[in-house]
Amino acid sequence: MSEREPGATRRAVLIGGLAGGLAATIKVVPARATPEQLRAAIRNVVGAAQVRKGRVELIVPPLVENGNAVSLVVAVDSPMTATDYVKSIYVFNEKNPQPNVIGVHLGPRAGKARISTRFRLADTQTVTAIAEMSDGAFWSATADLIVTMAACVEGL
Amino acid sequence: MARPLINVPAKVKRGQVFEIKSLISHTMEPGFRFTTTGARIPRDIVTLFSCRYNGEEIFRADLYPAIAANPFIAFFTVATESGTLEFNWVGDNGFAETATVKITVE
Amino acid sequence: MNGSAPSLRWLARVAAVIVVLAVSGAAKSTDIPLDQRRSGYADLGSDTKAMQDDDTINPASLWVLDGEVLWSQKAGAANRACADCHGDATASTKGVAARYPAFSPARNGPIDLEQRINLCRTQYQQAPPLAFESRDLLALTTYVGRQSRGMAIVQGNDERLVPYIEAGRKLFTQRIGQIDMSCAQCHDDNWGKHVSSSLVPQGHPTGYPIYRLEWQSLGSLQRRLRNCMIGMRAEPYEYGAPENVAMELYLMWRARGLKVETPAVRP
Repeated sequence: MSEREPGATRRAVLIGGLAGGLAATIKVVPARATPEQLRAAIRNVVGAAQVRKGRVELIVPPLVENGNAVSLVVAVDSPMTATDYVKSIYVFNEKNPQPNVIGVHLGPRAGKARISTRFRLADTQTVTAIAEMSDGAFWSATADLIVTMAACVEGL
Repeated sequence: MARPLINVPAKVKRGQVFEIKSLISHTMEPGFRFTTTGARIPRDIVTLFSCRYNGEEIFRADLYPAIAANPFIAFFTVATESGTLEFNWVGDNGFAETATVKITVE
Repeated sequence: MNGSAPSLRWLARVAAVIVVLAVSGAAKSTDIPLDQRRSGYADLGSDTKAMQDDDTINPASLWVLDGEVLWSQKAGAANRACADCHGDATASTKGVAARYPAFSPARNGPIDLEQRINLCRTQYQQAPPLAFESRDLLALTTYVGRQSRGMAIVQGNDERLVPYIEAGRKLFTQRIGQIDMSCAQCHDDNWGKHVSSSLVPQGHPTGYPIYRLEWQSLGSLQRRLRNCMIGMRAEPYEYGAPENVAMELYLMWRARGLKVETPAVRP
């Protein structure tokens, strides 16, 4: 079965709703973030600086049983000394309604630049983690995740 | 009954890097869901989580709707001296929750 | 995040399964051999297994903690806490959840743990019963259930329950809903196969109440059974209905010997 483009689905559903007065049973699919929104979100954090691949490890399950809660670990290679440490870690997604996941602020007191959380993924997509170092450099990593759906849910 | 749950090791050695785990009850309503009648369910999330170790901030996180319900956040810190870890959650609709945990450093 | 579009794809996939089963002349469902039974835990991804195994990261721990507080809280006109009669739950309720649903002489039939807690509330605390799926009832059920974690499920040794186990089996093997399939057709006959991207589990209720990722919350076995029935486009039974209790009882009997995992994490 082919994937329906969410925008097209919503248009078709809205037309049906207006014509048939079916508003009570329609669930409108929210828009997903555009690639430009993702770029803007990253630019917001990074500015004009270059972002290099490396030093960041993104640990996520390759196959996600339910997009409602996905384990996320970001670990950054850094000695975490007073003069050489990770200032911030930012995580972005590609296809959720908005591009930000979390923004973490650390310091030399962290000892280890490693954070864990659980996040949501609306669909199979790529996740990006960007670390900002104390010297102003930005490093990044990406990971591709496949999201599957649960069966026999509450809603119709 | 939104009691948070904090996990730290019972005892740590000075200079040891140890992990702090936090869990709090919160629906983290993303603000992108709709009822079957087409009404948008407004956003209601925790937006900020921070930790102070004897008064000094050692961790801060800005949370977005993409963070899963009942937010779990774990991070590391260096054991400096015995004292208190204070955790704060702040969110939409005036949500504010605090937890304190004693830490013993040998 | 949920939406109606995925469930339409799900419906199409299930319809395809029906065709396959009809064409292949699906035989009468038979019980899974005892030594082939496995908990849904075995099929979880490693991160989800870790979420269940580690109390410090299992979201259900939040409810266990609430339950622990409620256990010692005085309630009702009798101004009594659970602890006043039952003492330390970690000792007194060990093994209880493993043998529920149990026969209640007061009700002259089986009751599940939720109903048992409410019986105590109304009879001994003189407090109003807690609503099904309310945070307080889930917290108490999870707290008590947690005390049986790791213990084998015990069912089949109370003669009074035999007719109710049979009633539950009938419900499990009857076709229901617009999809017109029985629980047994998927969970006895086709476990281990996939429908859409979902693996069909054997459906043993070893870990209830569970933190279901789909719910983004913790819920009871009855909530899950209602989800199953909605999945078959059948009208689900009301919370507390004898049909639900009979199904719970049958499912626990079907899972006898498997270890309690409460509170489990499932997709």
